[in-house]
Amino acid sequence: MDGHVLSVLSGAQLTLTVSLASLGVAIALGLLGAAAKLSQRRPLVALAGAYTTLVRGVPELILLLLVYYGGTIGLILLLERLGLEAEVNIDPFMAGVLTLGFIYGAFMTETFRGAMLAIPKGQAEAAWAFGMSPARTFFRITLPQMVRYALPGFTNNWLVLIKATALVSLIGLHDVTFHAMQAGAATREPFYFLLLAAAVFLAYTTVSLWALRALSRRYALGSTQVSL
Amino acid sequence: MSLATPSKLEVIDLHKRYGSHEVLKGVSLKAHAGDVISIIGSSGSGKSTLLRCINLLEKPHQGRIIVAGEELHLRPTRTGELEAASAQQLQRLRTRLAMVFQSFNLWAHMTVLQNIIEAPVHLLKLPREQAVQTARLYLERVGLSGVEDRYPAHLSGGQQQRVAIARALAVEPEVMLFDEPTSALDPELVSEVLRVMQQLAVEHRTMVVVTHEMGFAREVSNHLIFLHQGRIEEQGDPREVLARPQSERLAQFLAGSLK
Amino acid sequence: MNWDVLLLPETLALYAEGLVTTLWLLAGSLFFGGALSLLLALALTSRVAALRWLAGAYTYCIRGTPLLIQIFLIYYGIAQLEWIQARWDAVWPWTMFKDAFFCALLALALNNAAYTAEMLAGAMRETAPGELEAAQAMGMSRWQIQRRIVLPSALRRTLPAYGNEVVMMLHSTSLASTVPALIDLTAAASRIYADFFLPFEAFLFAAAIYLCITFMLVGVFKALEWRFLGHLRPRSH
Repeated sequence: MDGHVLSVLSGAQLTLTVSLASLGVAIALGLLGAAAKLSQRRPLVALAGAYTTLVRGVPELILLLLVYYGGTIGLILLLERLGLEAEVNIDPFMAGVLTLGFIYGAFMTETFRGAMLAIPKGQAEAAWAFGMSPARTFFRITLPQMVRYALPGFTNNWLVLIKATALVSLIGLHDVTFHAMQAGAATREPFYFLLLAAAVFLAYTTVSLWALRALSRRYALGSTQVSL
Repeated sequence: MSLATPSKLEVIDLHKRYGSHEVLKGVSLKAHAGDVISIIGSSGSGKSTLLRCINLLEKPHQGRIIVAGEELHLRPTRTGELEAASAQQLQRLRTRLAMVFQSFNLWAHMTVLQNIIEAPVHLLKLPREQAVQTARLYLERVGLSGVEDRYPAHLSGGQQQRVAIARALAVEPEVMLFDEPTSALDPELVSEVLRVMQQLAVEHRTMVVVTHEMGFAREVSNHLIFLHQGRIEEQGDPREVLARPQSERLAQFLAGSLK
Repeated sequence: MNWDVLLLPETLALYAEGLVTTLWLLAGSLFFGGALSLLLALALTSRVAALRWLAGAYTYCIRGTPLLIQIFLIYYGIAQLEWIQARWDAVWPWTMFKDAFFCALLALALNNAAYTAEMLAGAMRETAPGELEAAQAMGMSRWQIQRRIVLPSALRRTLPAYGNEVVMMLHSTSLASTVPALIDLTAAASRIYADFFLPFEAFLFAAAIYLCITFMLVGVFKALEWRFLGHLRPRSH
């Protein structure tokens, strides 16, 4: 029993790694997407709009399977078209991180865009009136405030993202779910190990909630609620 | 107003339209050192638009803007408005003007002190120590020593506006622009802000004030401009103009306002 | 790319079967989940602390853990319990646990109930105090107030968030493909991929179908919001 418990807990570490890596990709795509949507340049707005609509209109599992099973083939075809010959392989970790990052990048785009729009226009106007350049206005005034407004939506996206990482077990990544199922199959007692895996996720979400609630209190915006 | 002294601010023949609706139909004004110019008029008369064109927060379609003898170079955009030909010149001239907004617009994520020293330190490149000392001086002048580490959200409207005035003073502007500074305040808080503005006038600061406060316009300003539907309908010495309005529209406007 | 394989009658039949299963799962989980969520929401906003705590613990656990694990727990985990094994051959309702569809539906419904309940409870808590006071002043009993004032208003205000949840539920049904012998739309796509080794064709086709249904659902909810949330719209005249 002990060995199995340990393996489940070791999977917990991989779950966290996948979550954080995907979060990084999601934040990067979210900032780019929000910038595109707010840029007022029609091709960019359309592209970002297609991105968020498509990603939020298709189940994550389908996208994951598409990237994992189709990704390697697709990449090789793409490289052939470009005239390059290379041995590329999309391993489950990359497939998982890229897919989850891509999906949650769409949600982050909406969160960041909403946050930017929530900042009263007067904040930037005052900056311009005093002679700040657009770049300086963005970094000194807009971005710090955007973080405060984005915190609730960001938290919600993160919580959903952590739970979604369980899907990577389906493409063979040895995360906590995968180990729980394996241990369960080996011992014919899946119930206990699945509960253990559930407890790991509950622990992650609880800690995240607590940390991000403390953060949003400190930045004292007050009205918006952070929750599961 | 002496003709020999150079003007601090000159606006010549400003035109602005939104789509087909013309909001400013050729407005000019000139401010010399120590002038306090009040701009009054009903909503839709274009008074805020006029003020916001001066520092190009709104882009006029026609006209010239000269700050402390330096003309802001403008060029037409694709949509017909005029924009600054040089972003650097615009930013530099903006640091010579300072605006106090109707909704205060203090930067919410910064303390009072940080708000006031932001422009002096990062735009005027003054040493931080000096900027902090100046900030404290002006905070005291507006009657708010002791709030420097508070955040704007924790201050009353009147206090926020006085901080905004201190923020404007801290850049030692040539001309201060006030866009309906008391319109968003509860009545009890209006007088504390007007008192500060009166003090600034006594100190011979050059101010252009868009306002509804007729008492302030009459007692503190030395030139009054009445704007109606984008044109200067009447202007002159405030006491004269308000007591004996020449134009019928001004008489109507005054009859409608309470003071 | 070989799109012709999608036009084979067997392929289309498989996708059709998958689509039907998906839609049944969606409808069933929304129906049963919705009913349960009403009770849960009342419990979450109840004056009885024990009820609030129990319902709160339930929603916290469900919303804090992945749906995939919940499905596995019900399908694989429950099957392990001797208590169930002793009964599920003969005693109804435990016989249902042998059915793959039932297990998936149960997991989806329980999941949906938790999220919907929290949304509804949140909207109920946000009822304007003035409306409550007016009802009390008129002499309405607490139950009457809930039924005639709080719930109708809360149900309407939950509409936008619920619309999102319905779309989420559609996407969640794809996890039913992890239950063996259950052919939903995603499972159909996986089967086609496995048979023909055409990942793009197989999964993109399924993705397109999900996208269409998503658009339809969004359209339906926009219409519902227009009809039922008119009182919150800004003035147009």
